[in-house]
Amino acid sequence: MDSQHSEAHAPPQVDYQVAGDAYRHLKVRYDGPVATITLDVDEDAPIRAGYRLKLNSYDLGVDIELHDALQRIRFEHPEVGSVVLTSAKDRVFCSGANIFMLGQSSHAWKVNFCKFTNETRNGIEDSSRHSGLKFVAACNGTTAGGGYEMALACDEIVLVDDRSSAVSLPEVPLLGVLPGTGGLTRLTDKRKVRRDLADMFCTTTEGVRGERAKAWRLVDEVVKPSEFAAYVERRARQLAEQSDRPHDAKGIALPPLSRTIDERGYHYRFVGVDIDREAHRATLLVRAPEGAEPAGVAEINARGAAWWPLAMARELDDAILMLRTNELDIGTWILRTEGDVARVLAVDETLARHAGDWFVRETIGLLRRTLARLEVSSRTLIALVDRGSCFAGSLFELALAADRTYMLDVPDEPDAAPRIALSTMNFGAYPRVDGRARIASRFYDEGEPIEAARATIGRAMGAEEASALGLVTVALDDIDWDDEIRIVLEERASMSPDALTGMEANLRFGGGETMETRVFGRLSAWQNWIFQRPNAVGEAGALKVFGTGNKARFDWDRV
Amino acid sequence: MQTISYADRIPNNVDLAEDRALNRALERWQPAFLDWWRDTGPEGSANFDVYLRTAVSVDPQGWAHFDYVKMPEYRWGIFLTPFASGATIRFGEHKGQPVWQDVPGEHRANLRRIIVTQGDTEPASVEQQRHLGLTAPSLYDLRNLFQVNVEEGRHLWAMVYLLHRYFGRDGREEAEALLTRRSGDADNPRILGAFNERTPDWLSFFMFTYFTDRDGKFQLAALAESGFEPLARTTKFMLTEEAHHMFVGESGVARVIQRTCEVMKQLGTDDPAKLRAAGVIDLSTIQRYLNFHYSVTIDLFGADQSSNAATFYTSGLKGRFDEGKRDDDHVLKGRTYTIQNVRDGRLVDEEAPLLNALNEVLRDDFIRDSVAGVGRWNRVIEKAGLPFRLEVPHKAFHRKIGTLAQVHVTPDGRVVSEAEWNASAGRWLPGVEDRAFVASLMGRVTEPGKFANWIAPPAVGINRQAVDFEYVRFN
Repeated sequence: MDSQHSEAHAPPQVDYQVAGDAYRHLKVRYDGPVATITLDVDEDAPIRAGYRLKLNSYDLGVDIELHDALQRIRFEHPEVGSVVLTSAKDRVFCSGANIFMLGQSSHAWKVNFCKFTNETRNGIEDSSRHSGLKFVAACNGTTAGGGYEMALACDEIVLVDDRSSAVSLPEVPLLGVLPGTGGLTRLTDKRKVRRDLADMFCTTTEGVRGERAKAWRLVDEVVKPSEFAAYVERRARQLAEQSDRPHDAKGIALPPLSRTIDERGYHYRFVGVDIDREAHRATLLVRAPEGAEPAGVAEINARGAAWWPLAMARELDDAILMLRTNELDIGTWILRTEGDVARVLAVDETLARHAGDWFVRETIGLLRRTLARLEVSSRTLIALVDRGSCFAGSLFELALAADRTYMLDVPDEPDAAPRIALSTMNFGAYPRVDGRARIASRFYDEGEPIEAARATIGRAMGAEEASALGLVTVALDDIDWDDEIRIVLEERASMSPDALTGMEANLRFGGGETMETRVFGRLSAWQNWIFQRPNAVGEAGALKVFGTGNKARFDWDRV
Repeated sequence: MQTISYADRIPNNVDLAEDRALNRALERWQPAFLDWWRDTGPEGSANFDVYLRTAVSVDPQGWAHFDYVKMPEYRWGIFLTPFASGATIRFGEHKGQPVWQDVPGEHRANLRRIIVTQGDTEPASVEQQRHLGLTAPSLYDLRNLFQVNVEEGRHLWAMVYLLHRYFGRDGREEAEALLTRRSGDADNPRILGAFNERTPDWLSFFMFTYFTDRDGKFQLAALAESGFEPLARTTKFMLTEEAHHMFVGESGVARVIQRTCEVMKQLGTDDPAKLRAAGVIDLSTIQRYLNFHYSVTIDLFGADQSSNAATFYTSGLKGRFDEGKRDDDHVLKGRTYTIQNVRDGRLVDEEAPLLNALNEVLRDDFIRDSVAGVGRWNRVIEKAGLPFRLEVPHKAFHRKIGTLAQVHVTPDGRVVSEAEWNASAGRWLPGVEDRAFVASLMGRVTEPGKFANWIAPPAVGINRQAVDFEYVRFN
């Protein structure tokens, strides 16, 4: 026995940074325009003790590597036009999220895990939609549960027809929960599987294989084992040929982030996180570029990962992930910025002008996904536009993502008052998961306020004007600022975190639905409810007893 | 459309004549089965008259009816041991409840999977053995091979009966798929690995029937405990036939050993080269074949810790070997079982939940049973006054499935490096050269009462016939 182990030790922080490409669970092979990610999960290396990752099942640790691998393909390998996702295991593609991990995890851990895996799957689709990267799931064996959901995120699913390998979503019949990583939603919204067939599919533990899987639209093609590798290769090459990513560009290396973690929070070059544990809140500060940023494509490429928009986005993304995984009771995130409005607007001009360049496009993509991550992090978001801030253009998206924005007005000293500004980047470069620009969503697509806001592009505005245009929630005089902000934050921190999470999500995502909002909203609401119910997690709940040989016992009342 | 009375052609005790659904299913399946037999059954044998045992009923006189038969006309029957009214489930969460006469909806998928997996092994072994008839060492052995083949065919029928009768459209599709998979076909393989290996020579065949058909015995015995009574009754009857297959294996290997010992004594040598030159199989080669077949077979029991095994038991679908003779609560919750695990590259004993370790329990039962027969082979050597002894290798030797697959282990249980394994595996497992030598001995012996040089005749013939009886007429 390990006598050193003590319950008093807090579990180590989850870190989303992967050193280099030293993966434990997957291999990435680059072959011209095709990258192949091969899942080969090390069953003895779970991210938390207590379970083994058998049959290419995954946990957060596996998904962190997948997320990292995708990021490196986007930035470090512009020559890649298509990505094959496959498995190194015999007769198993992926058997989904590890059930024993789910069985032993807290509710919060499960939700955070599902959220991150959802974002990674959405990120695959995001890259397919915006970045010219196409994905092929080469299902060379059993493709079950989360394994099939991973395949569903790809553009094409190829299933080996060896007379036994099937795709399946056995969550309902085996585990008493839902396929929580977009499975149900993608069956209907993306693959248009007829709903009666989907009903059969989702209640059949053994899944569907061969020609029937194709006829039901569960997969795009079924291929014999001897022809499988050649078929996948051919399809991947064909998809890569249609890509507009450059064949000859040099990739941008993603070195480890320079980051210090201490009792106060996380400190990066352009992002700082300051945690106030007693008050259950953290301040995320984003700093503008320190000097002039390059304006031409060649210079931007030369700057590489140090280019401000990319460096800032990577840091912000990491900070969001760290905070939401490791600091569950920090319920309010205060969003602040610091620096020169003009410099941020200058960067935006560069972004807009070179949006067609692969590297600029990838950088905008990372910003888009990072902002989307912020909005689904189940935290109160309050933006404070105070002295020295630079909520301009791309950084104004932070304010638009917030539940409320407070802006300082300094009537006696107008030159010291903060300014906000919009850029063209606020009008479509960063669609939310509901497909709309934040400005458009803020004004429910009504023409007049959107056009009024557009008319200010490039012009710095004080609190009064920003408030009149509806771009901030409250303009506060400097004499009121400190007290008002203190009270707002204290009041917010006193309310039920569950109710706030629910209310905020409802209000943030008003208006139309997309597949992504359905994945996050409707499905996760059901899943969260089911995950809490005794039928899943009670002593005799299906998720709890899975694998023990004990039979689940249900409360038969429909609720 | 012409109607065929399957009830006349197919000996059965399942009231086939009255069962419309079953008749309809068989209308399609039976011709497909005959096509499969013609394409992948014993090569070139369609016109032979073979002295075969046919089961025509389940009573003691009926299940062993001997006569000459052309194999395509063999009357593959459907037999279940007689119905016992009032039977109850003997284990798991349903213990004490009446056995199921129909498939419970909640267990449909698991039961179907169990039956399909078992059913798939039956045609697979026929396919694996299809060329062996061309090199049979005697008419007696050729007849035994064919008996094994037709009975594997009948076992396929037994599983197909369950699929047709109890699993509706899905069952019919699975029954068809049983005829379309092919042993060793990379695109369309049989489900279990060992059933895609080749059975290239008669020593392999005897080892296979001794070890691998014994896996069948233990799997069938565990299924004979099933709460789904049609499965239990079907597999019980199959067990009576499986015993003959193991007899073919055990006596076959014993006769090979006996012949080798005779030559060893005649020549006064244990030098493999001299024995090979004399046309018999040296004992060390037999040991390597044993190592191979034993290790491949114990993999068939599955992973050492398995949630499926636990579920199958708790749900009452698959029991333990000799469930009824075991003195415990037959629920097994909270109990543990010692399994071997790998920690830091070493083998260690660890306790695992018994329910999850049921594959290992069955494997250990199998091992005990196998060792007994190996003891009987050693008595043949002992009787010849020779010091050599055959041994089953360590449980962790040459494993491909479960925890033990992570390490290389010698036959005597030492964990070794990959380099050491690669350097020594040829001493423990049959190599290309061993197989080529054994293959070189194979040649067809067709004269009644004559036997190939590398194998001794049996002590007695089949069904009290003489050893030189004409068991197969080639016509």
